[in-house]
Amino acid sequence: MLVSYNWLKEYVDLTGVTPEDLENKITNAGIEVEHLSFVGEGITKVVVGYVESKKPHPEADKLNLCQVSLGDEVVQIVCGAPNVDAGQYVPVAKVGARLPGGVKIKRAKLRGEVSNGMICSLSELGVDPKFVPKEFADGIYVFKDEVVVGEDALPYLNLNDYILELDILPNSAHCLNMIGVAHEVAAILDREVKYPNVDLQEEAASVLSKLDVKITSGAEKVVPYYGARIITDIKIAPSPAWMQNRLIAAGIRPINNIVDISNYVMIEYGQPLHTFDYDTFNSDQVDVRLANKEEKITTLDGVERTLLPSDIVITNTQKAVAIAGVMGGSDTEVTSNTKTILLESALFDARSIRRTATRLNLRTDASSRYEKGLDYNRVTAASNRAASLIAEIAGGNVLSGFAECGQRVIEPEIINMPWKVINDKLGTTLTSEEIRDILVRLGFDAKIENEWMHVLVPTRRPDVSIPEDLVEEVGRIYGYDHLPATLPEGTTSKAELTPYQKLRRKLRRYFEGKGLYETVTYSLTTNEKAKQLTIDESTLNDAVKLKMPMSEEHETLRMSLVPGLIDVAEYHINRQMPNLAIYEIGKVFKAQGSQDQLPNEAEHISGLITGHVHDKSWNRAPETVDFFYVKGVLEGLFDLMGVSNSISYRPAKRPDLHPGRTATIHLNDECVGYIGQLHPNVQNDHDLNETYVFEISLAHLRDQDQSEITYHSLPRFPSITRDIALVVDQSVFADHIKQSIQEAGGKLLSDVTIFDVYEGEHIEEGKKSIAFSITYLDPERTLTDEEVSRAHDRVLASVKEKFDAVLRS
Amino acid sequence: MKEKLLALKEEAFALIENASDKKGLQDVKVKYLGKKGPITEVLRGMGKLSKDERPVIGALANEIRQAIELVIEQKQTKLQEELIQAQLESETIDVTLPGKSIKTGNAHPLTSIIEEIEDLFIGLGFSIAEGPEVEQDYYNFEALNLPKDHPARDMQDSFYITNEILLRTHTSPVQVRTMKKHQGKGPVKIICPGKVYRRDTDDATHSHQFMQIEGLYVDKKVRLSDLKGILTVFAKKMFGEDRDIRLRPSFFPFTEPSVEMDISCFKCGGHGCSVCKHTGWIEILGSGMVHPNVLEMAGFDSTVYSGFAFGMGPERIAMLKYGIDDIRHFYTDDVRFLEQFKRA
Repeated sequence: MLVSYNWLKEYVDLTGVTPEDLENKITNAGIEVEHLSFVGEGITKVVVGYVESKKPHPEADKLNLCQVSLGDEVVQIVCGAPNVDAGQYVPVAKVGARLPGGVKIKRAKLRGEVSNGMICSLSELGVDPKFVPKEFADGIYVFKDEVVVGEDALPYLNLNDYILELDILPNSAHCLNMIGVAHEVAAILDREVKYPNVDLQEEAASVLSKLDVKITSGAEKVVPYYGARIITDIKIAPSPAWMQNRLIAAGIRPINNIVDISNYVMIEYGQPLHTFDYDTFNSDQVDVRLANKEEKITTLDGVERTLLPSDIVITNTQKAVAIAGVMGGSDTEVTSNTKTILLESALFDARSIRRTATRLNLRTDASSRYEKGLDYNRVTAASNRAASLIAEIAGGNVLSGFAECGQRVIEPEIINMPWKVINDKLGTTLTSEEIRDILVRLGFDAKIENEWMHVLVPTRRPDVSIPEDLVEEVGRIYGYDHLPATLPEGTTSKAELTPYQKLRRKLRRYFEGKGLYETVTYSLTTNEKAKQLTIDESTLNDAVKLKMPMSEEHETLRMSLVPGLIDVAEYHINRQMPNLAIYEIGKVFKAQGSQDQLPNEAEHISGLITGHVHDKSWNRAPETVDFFYVKGVLEGLFDLMGVSNSISYRPAKRPDLHPGRTATIHLNDECVGYIGQLHPNVQNDHDLNETYVFEISLAHLRDQDQSEITYHSLPRFPSITRDIALVVDQSVFADHIKQSIQEAGGKLLSDVTIFDVYEGEHIEEGKKSIAFSITYLDPERTLTDEEVSRAHDRVLASVKEKFDAVLRS
Repeated sequence: MKEKLLALKEEAFALIENASDKKGLQDVKVKYLGKKGPITEVLRGMGKLSKDERPVIGALANEIRQAIELVIEQKQTKLQEELIQAQLESETIDVTLPGKSIKTGNAHPLTSIIEEIEDLFIGLGFSIAEGPEVEQDYYNFEALNLPKDHPARDMQDSFYITNEILLRTHTSPVQVRTMKKHQGKGPVKIICPGKVYRRDTDDATHSHQFMQIEGLYVDKKVRLSDLKGILTVFAKKMFGEDRDIRLRPSFFPFTEPSVEMDISCFKCGGHGCSVCKHTGWIEILGSGMVHPNVLEMAGFDSTVYSGFAFGMGPERIAMLKYGIDDIRHFYTDDVRFLEQFKRA
């Protein structure tokens, strides 16, 4: 809503209140002033001039030489406007003047003739061309009212005005009109609202001789009231400058006096009005009904619209002549030939209008007001105001009364509440009188009766209906600045992170300490990527897709985090950053159960490492990531969670991963993730070097977190370590041998580590040698050689039996 | 005899002085103090001396033996020191060379902001509540006083999966779910962080996915002034002790009254600059008193309980705090961007 500061002064005394004051006060009381601007910004030295004479430029067909009086001097101005003429009063930018856009007016010579200034068009004075009245669209502006030559032209053009642009939220629709804004400002300033003085002289003849109104075919529910007046003998002409200027300030292009008046009153009262040419309306019967299926109407903008039975139409009983509350039809448009008009002032259901306007993508000044709700009790006042202006400006005769149908007067709502609730909710200590005063300033009728308060809410405030609404009204006018800042008096409570939230933070810090950067990527991805590199391969048909995606890039919810990390890696390699270590914690999604069941959401942790894990330095060769580096990072993670002993790795072949360098990760027997190198084809597709990825389902691990600490006292007796190298078939898995050693070693075995793996020279073809360091320990006493040997022999026997392992000599 | 002893002493001292290593010293020691050494020999030949001479020479011989031992010891220490000195010199390095780099990563800036806010509110007795990112229309809208035909829940603004299921547009459904769990009994004190989604075309200031962090406090006798108090604590901790806050009336369907909170500009201190668009104030979050309809729908008696809620965007806070100009940076994950928040 664009509010003209000058126009607002009509309704409320703004003495001593600058536009900047007003901006702050309105914003602080609840309606944000998004923008305050001075209309004549950047304009200087533009005065009223009188064109004394005009003669053609000797050297140029389209230019005229005008002698223009500026009061204290007469100057020659070369003017190219087609509508310039002797005897006109015009705005003149004098030599040295400035115009919007940084234009500076200098003395000039045009084809040999001196020009001392410029006669201005409205757009040269900063008026948006789309608001310039047609009569001045292609030329200079010409004053019609009485003006004084030589005076500053800005006030005559209302360019000395300020515009406040209000951001109207759903609860402030009452400020979509000047009177509503006046009420708001009056409440803030504690001043009175002055309503327009309406002095309507009606003819003796009744409107009913020419018109009847009915609401039919189910439209009764969505059309509470429809009223129409008939005004005869009007003369269509441009409206007076003051009205044109105010409409321009409000962002509406002046058209002619009738259209302008209905727009003017809509801005003033908030009640949309519509005018039909009574002669082309071609009926003495208005029938307001629901549209027929596929009914067609060509609206004022020349577009043919197809309607649905949920749309309300105004008809002359034969055909639709307007889409109610949205836009009129072109057949009954007011034209320069119009003599008699039908002036509509009606109420339509907000939701219905919103549905229609949204579907037709046709938001008009009228529909946006209907959508947000009107003051039902202004429907008559607005019609009266418009009729009196038409009589005054367009010379019309107003037939007496209304042709109407429906209920015109709505009783205001009453809110009964203990007045103390206001203080309880705000934390204030206002007295009942202070509360009542604020409500009265807002135009609410408030009565205090002991503990109770009875508030009559004016119909212009449909947003106020419950006690909390009054809490807000009192609070905002009292001023939130004046509220104390208190701390809650309720029960004090202790709070901490849940174990899972703690674990998540621990994991983050762990990966960051290991050199990985945390990333956040999009949950929505392409349908293809959503299904790539999932932990659970059996659920690919359960991808969750959007009903109406905005693009293929973001149409399906991811089932794995790794594809997003691959995109991040590709981004880096394309920018010459081949070394990258990243991780992400985020949710993956899969459908479950029936359509109306929410998808399953599981939090995963995923990582990607490519390139150097240590850069080349003066004292170190670079180290490139390999499978075991990444595995080491994960082993540390599982150790941190206390689940190392339950975790195993199994070789796996999966799409998009290297078939010989991939393992699924199992917690006991359940697959909870994978680790592997990206398949070389995938690497090539993304221009990546050797790249390793992993993904683990945190949801599966969260319940297994055994990071609780069980303390073991330090060993008091020495341990004994024996190293052995075993030669086995290449196909034997090291971890299987290790497990077998652990089982065979019994109680005394405290640790097994693999310190060498070798194949090649001195080892039989198809075999490999794995060296283990086995540590034996008895926490209770010193071990004897015989005891260790017994255990060690069991170990050797076991691996011989299970893997045909031979001690390497 | 006496002369001979003194001469031996001089001789030994000279040899000790000239010894260049441990071995040389050992040789001297053996030569002069050993069983076959000249001093032992002198002592052995004492029998030939007169009664008067014997103690004098004996004492002298012992004295010289001790003197030689002492000098050898001193020389030994000196040699040892020289040895260490030489070693230290040979081991000297250029300490200005760079260290072996140990790479460290760091948290995403949004995580840092969220954790900071979480910790602050945990200190104030709030727990962290989480919920699904794909939500029922009911929890996302209806239970928050946004009935079916409310403009704010236009199909065009949200990512729907089915007519009843959508990607949550805010973390407020977590508030509803948590309140329902409490079965009408307060207090409820929670912070709800998480990802949310809206149908926006990604550009410098819009993202179809972003973070939100919301707070909810429902109890008997919660007042708007309490919200002001809590938010003042938050603003000072988050943006600096000398921040002022200002509440401005606003509108949200799920709160009544609704307020927006501004903080005095942390860049210019409120005098006006480009960060605060020359107003001195920066809009930080939306909040208000929980709408009675929302309380009732979540099973709380709105005549007994009241509450406040607030919500903010970690992206916006990070952008303001660090002067980040494009919201897409948070989701591009360029390490040159990420690594700047190591100390966050």
